[in-house]
Amino acid sequence: MTETEKRTALVELSGVGKRYGNVRALEGVSLEVHAGEITCVLGDNGAGKSTLIKTIAGLHRHDTGTLLIEGEETRLASPREALDRGIATVYQDLAVVPLMPVWRNFFLGSEPRTGVGPFKRLDTDLMRRTTREALLRMGIDLRDVDQPIGTLSGGERQCVAIARAVHFGAKVLILDEPTAALGVKQSGVVLKYVAAARDEGLGVVLITHNPHHAYLVGDRFVLLRRGTMVGRHTRDDITLDELTRQMAGGSDLDALRHELRRG
Amino acid sequence: MTATVERTGDEAAEPAGAGETADERILRTSSLRKLLARPELGSAVGALAVFLFFAFAADGFLNASSLSTVLYASSTIGIMAVPVALLMIGGEFDLSAGVLVTSSALVSSMFSYQMTANAWVGVGVSLLVTLAIGAFNGFVLTRTKLPSFIVTLGTFLMLTGMNLGFTKLIDGTVSTKTIGDMEGFPSAHAVFASTLSLGGVDVKVTILWWLGLVALASWILLRTRTGNWIFAVGGNEDAARAVGVPVAKTKIGLYTGVAFGAWISGQHLLFSFDAVQSGEGVGNELIYIIAAVIGGCLITGGHGSAVGSAVGALLFGMTSKGIVFAEWNPDWFKFFLGAMLLLATLLNTWVRKRAEAVK
Repeated sequence: MTETEKRTALVELSGVGKRYGNVRALEGVSLEVHAGEITCVLGDNGAGKSTLIKTIAGLHRHDTGTLLIEGEETRLASPREALDRGIATVYQDLAVVPLMPVWRNFFLGSEPRTGVGPFKRLDTDLMRRTTREALLRMGIDLRDVDQPIGTLSGGERQCVAIARAVHFGAKVLILDEPTAALGVKQSGVVLKYVAAARDEGLGVVLITHNPHHAYLVGDRFVLLRRGTMVGRHTRDDITLDELTRQMAGGSDLDALRHELRRG
Repeated sequence: MTATVERTGDEAAEPAGAGETADERILRTSSLRKLLARPELGSAVGALAVFLFFAFAADGFLNASSLSTVLYASSTIGIMAVPVALLMIGGEFDLSAGVLVTSSALVSSMFSYQMTANAWVGVGVSLLVTLAIGAFNGFVLTRTKLPSFIVTLGTFLMLTGMNLGFTKLIDGTVSTKTIGDMEGFPSAHAVFASTLSLGGVDVKVTILWWLGLVALASWILLRTRTGNWIFAVGGNEDAARAVGVPVAKTKIGLYTGVAFGAWISGQHLLFSFDAVQSGEGVGNELIYIIAAVIGGCLITGGHGSAVGSAVGALLFGMTSKGIVFAEWNPDWFKFFLGAMLLLATLLNTWVRKRAEAVK
């Protein structure tokens, strides 16, 4: 981790912490996100993954440590501010409105308009066409952009959300457990689009508790446990086995293996 | 996810929806299913059935004058059902809508009378006060995050009390003083409560207000950014907020829209006669909601249409007047209304399940 270190990271956290009242949700977490790279944040349930991404996504401010966006120290006030700084987040619950058509969901919050004065209206042709094209560019061929997005499968919705972030010029894409609720095949498809986003030059933060998925696409790995950072690696200095071992609790797992050993 | 990447770029660049895509998978969405997904469908079928029923069962139902009466009855409900439907699509209720109509009429009439002002001054003051009450509903809702049922039940009770209390305090009785001889009354009457003659048929001006509101609301819902936001805040509020939709502003705007409808209805109430009964309007809020729900609005928000609410109001008008034309006991009206509500809601729930079904 030497030559990439020299470049200014898109997002860099050092020693970031967050408290909810007297609960220490996060402490001393450092990570960096570079363009065209995937940074994986691994941790079990309750490890602080969600708190970490909420900090980067602007849903709440960190209490300690520093957050640098393209080298500039920042405390994000709102998701809108994060979006304006080029940080897009795809949440676990996907932030889509199930009953609305795909194209309306795609442009929700950033609708293009045409016409003047009181006749200013949605540019529905452009919206439909752009949705279709943006999805195709990511390799997603949707049957019909007029169908309610709720009729798509979980993996498809995930892909639409990723394509949306890419289309709106996000520099950093945060994905909150995109494969958690998916089957093996669908997970593979989603990971393909994650890689496609990376190839478009985005810096990706992939939150997951699956080391196999993380190792397939990740360039950097940050391991969280009980709110603190327990490991920080680049792809060169860790193997999948070691990552899995650390993720599963490292020495805890050894103790468990010992206990479970036959005879 | 069955992504096929091997399609050519040219083919893909064509705009969607023109039926030009020879994609074999689109065949699965039959045109029937698309029709079923329309929010108005259930109510339109119901309205046709009720129309045919009374056309046969009630003598004179098909007279121009009878139909005009039906349309008038529908329009008085419909003017409010339109903004109430928009609010429901936005995921909220307004239980104060019925008495707000009366409040709006009272403010208008009492201000004109007490200040001995032109009737139009009262109309203007009433507009400001009514919009402020609507905005207050929205503001309290978005600030406290209490359910709209509670917030507007509160304003419903407060307005009911204030309507009676202020009227008794100022006029000494439960109805306002007549403003029929005041300056500006004839022109205000013409705008809000006149009867026009179109091709020999008497048509109440409220019908025009109603149609205008339906057109305006449909435009907003389907063709503007605001409309996109209304569907989104009702369909998934958290998602809407996460992508940058101004949720609070949208909801306050929706309540202000209901207030605008209440202002039109209130002025109609006042200028149809020349005085207002302060106890009126209680219970109407449910009728507006019923019209919206029969018209395909989901009670949970995120789905519905302005045209649907108009069909709901029309069903209401046809049933209430049709029973009279058929010379039945009007007590049965509520029975029909209840049955229609149940049937419509069942149909809507089924449609939503189809639409939301994840493969």
